[in-house]
Amino acid sequence: MKLKQLFPRSRFQGAGFQSFLASAVSIGFGLVFGMILLVCFNISYSGQGFISLISAGFSSSDKFAKVLYQAAPLIMTGLSVGFAFQTGLFNIGATGQYTVGSAFALIGAIELQLPWYVCLLLAMVGGAIWGVFPGLFKALFNVHEVITSIMFNWIGVFSVNFVIVNLSQMLAKDWGLAQMDRTAPLDAANPSAILPKLGLDKLLGSNYMNIGIFIAILFAILMYIILSKTTFGYELKACGFNRNASEYAGVNSKRSIVFSMVIAGALSGLGGGLYYLAGTGQYSLLKALASMGFNGIPVALLASSNPLGTIFSALFISYIQVGGDSMQPEFVREIIDIIISVIIYLSAFSLLMRSVIAKWISPQKAVAEVEQALPDETAAENSTESEATTL
Amino acid sequence: MGEYVIEMLNITKDFPGIRANDDITLRLRRGEIHALLGENGAGKSTLMSVLFGLYQPEGGVIKKDGDVVHIKDPNDANALHIGMVHQHFKLVEIFTVLENIILGVEPNKMGFLQKKEAHRRVVELSERYGLKIDPDALIEDISVGMQQRVEILKMLYRDNEILIFDEPTAVLTPQEIDELMGIMRSFAAEGKSILFITHKLNEIMAVADRCTVLRKGKCVGTVDVKDTDKVKLSRMMVGRDVDFIVEKDDAKPGKTVLEIKNLTVPSKAHKNNAVKNVSFNVRAGEIVCLAGIEGNGQTEFVYALTGLEKPSAGRITLKGEPIVQIGHKRGLQSSASLDKTKPILMPIRHRSKLGMSHIPEDRQKYGLVLDYSLEENLVLQRYWEPEFQNKGFIRKDQVREYADRLIRQYDIRSGQGPVTPARSMSGGNQQKAIVAREIDKNPELLVAVQPTRGLDVGAIEYIHHQLIAARDNGKAVLLVSLELDEVINVSDRILVMYEGEIVGAFDPKDITVQELGLYMAGAKRQSNESEAYSA
Repeated sequence: MKLKQLFPRSRFQGAGFQSFLASAVSIGFGLVFGMILLVCFNISYSGQGFISLISAGFSSSDKFAKVLYQAAPLIMTGLSVGFAFQTGLFNIGATGQYTVGSAFALIGAIELQLPWYVCLLLAMVGGAIWGVFPGLFKALFNVHEVITSIMFNWIGVFSVNFVIVNLSQMLAKDWGLAQMDRTAPLDAANPSAILPKLGLDKLLGSNYMNIGIFIAILFAILMYIILSKTTFGYELKACGFNRNASEYAGVNSKRSIVFSMVIAGALSGLGGGLYYLAGTGQYSLLKALASMGFNGIPVALLASSNPLGTIFSALFISYIQVGGDSMQPEFVREIIDIIISVIIYLSAFSLLMRSVIAKWISPQKAVAEVEQALPDETAAENSTESEATTL
Repeated sequence: MGEYVIEMLNITKDFPGIRANDDITLRLRRGEIHALLGENGAGKSTLMSVLFGLYQPEGGVIKKDGDVVHIKDPNDANALHIGMVHQHFKLVEIFTVLENIILGVEPNKMGFLQKKEAHRRVVELSERYGLKIDPDALIEDISVGMQQRVEILKMLYRDNEILIFDEPTAVLTPQEIDELMGIMRSFAAEGKSILFITHKLNEIMAVADRCTVLRKGKCVGTVDVKDTDKVKLSRMMVGRDVDFIVEKDDAKPGKTVLEIKNLTVPSKAHKNNAVKNVSFNVRAGEIVCLAGIEGNGQTEFVYALTGLEKPSAGRITLKGEPIVQIGHKRGLQSSASLDKTKPILMPIRHRSKLGMSHIPEDRQKYGLVLDYSLEENLVLQRYWEPEFQNKGFIRKDQVREYADRLIRQYDIRSGQGPVTPARSMSGGNQQKAIVAREIDKNPELLVAVQPTRGLDVGAIEYIHHQLIAARDNGKAVLLVSLELDEVINVSDRILVMYEGEIVGAFDPKDITVQELGLYMAGAKRQSNESEAYSA
């Protein structure tokens, strides 16, 4: 019952429940396939490996803290992608927005010595800036957001590397540490920029634990309210579903598209802030795109873009990743990554699975999607009823 | 060989919760045009889908030439020489006409396409039946009428003998409809048998030999067209008498609500202007009809009036307030001072607030957000009003209450009431929802563009009554229509648009359909324009 409330019946009766079921079945398939792979790679350890894969997250409070720690940024990038989906945009630029948000947060923390809450705001600003460009290009010149945001992913990564190297005290070596390619650890550079732990770290006995996960959940609830309860969300979704009709209804569709991308960018940016302001990770100057942003895509798909569902799908993916880490050293890192990818990949089949489940639960809807003859028939049904009442 | 080429005997088809076809028997004679008539949702499409193998019936049998056949999918239908032109064409947009016709039965030698041979056959077929096409044009570039001819050629290319046409005229212009009727007659004369789904009575009277009428999933009967008339057919279809002539009192026009001066709108399709220097007024309490054949600038005119497109010149005032005011160097003789004033282009939302309602031509493209529920669509023009929102939060209970009222009042039928996804509603009820929304907004000016397109007679009658009721309530109504009967019956004043210009203004009492047709086709035009506008 509570489960159903969490997955609201927005459009069809029980559609939210069907989505949940579809995701659960997809995850099940993913796990089975992961097990098969484990057997293929290393049969003698497969049973043990599988057990640690699916149980490690709960095996100790430290591991559990790590699940929550990784879930927070995943929720944010998942929200970012899902929010854009719901408003008709494919935000494949989450990773660039995440990187720029991370950089803004770290520059605020290390270079400017600001407290954590200002740094989080800066992270959102950074992500929003990286979202506004694809939004403007889409709104004004009708350039597809996938193209611009992919470009901006790379522009983001290299601009961030460039800026961080050229600032005076961003890198660890500026603080007397040996690491060459990483930003300074926050406990050395600016402990006030580390997210508060509120004693949770002691409770779970883990340095990974902080309020990040709660901030992420708060934003998930906020996005849910915006999308389903406000006129603003109504306009954004209308514009996403049918830009012509929203213009016809007097909505400024250009403004809506830009807003959607700005908000999506800010969400991703905040994800970067939450990750790096935990104080446990240092930004390393990579020549690759951060996977956290791309992982937002399966998170959003698994949750059918529902903001509340995103919390759970992010927790799941984070859980699997922590479980994967604990399979070492019997399985090498690459093989673990393959297995995790396969599980996530199959999990993303939830859309396909949903139509199967819809057909299974209520054949009527499935038929309605396949053939449009049926709506006419339901109309006929109603006319029979209305005639009966008039008689 | 017997008299009947196809017999569908006692067909019953159930969908969850509804019997779509209930014990329907339909016999198709060789070489006849057999119409299948019924309201939206009467079960016509379902019955034809059963014949074409898209659905398996729960009961009944199908016989071809007297032998029982089992049609499990469209391939089986094809093997029995049954072909179908669907209401929504099944064409690959980025393929050429030729590629679409041969798709699925490609002539090949060891896997290599033999297009030359196919090209020759397609050209031969198209010449033989007068189906004008360009075999090498891409589908996305050709008109809807030509796309339909491609669908017909697909059937001919496959040597189909039984041709099903699912509401083929809904998308055609009057000329194209005449052409299609001629083509159907020549098919019948050749011995092909035609099943023709429609709810347009004129077409049945014009072309069909016999007609089977369905109502609410049941077969009402089969009649010889020569023994019946439109009134009898419509009674069979709807179950009651339908008024073809709309009863209405004379208009009592009041103040001028809409004033259009020298409006010019550029065309997106070509370099010329789509609307050229058009001026006229609409007063409160009258229905002014802008008549014309499709593509003569009506669409662009309405877009400019409602704010979906930007005109290049002209002035439009609504209730005395300018909503469009754009000058150009020459042409605005009436007000030379316009050039100096700042151009005005009022946003759509403001026009709506000022009292403009718009029933758009394309209900799925503009009128509805198909992925929204019915109730969400019913507040599409008003969700921002204090009645429906409080500090940016939608007042769902108010929305529900409002939707329930409109659904009751305007008799909008749907599967699940206010939460029905708009996409799953029938076309007629989608249109009713739009009409309800736009009229209930209580506008000063109602712009209705082809409000009855694709609807059955019952729904048409209903929408006409709504338009006249709005007029009698003192609203100004601008009706844009291609249907001559509608133009004559509903309007108080007719303006004919031809190639972007108003070529005539008439009182519907003083003009015949034939004469109006001549003006619409550009064969005649009134010379004294100033007199025309004051009519």
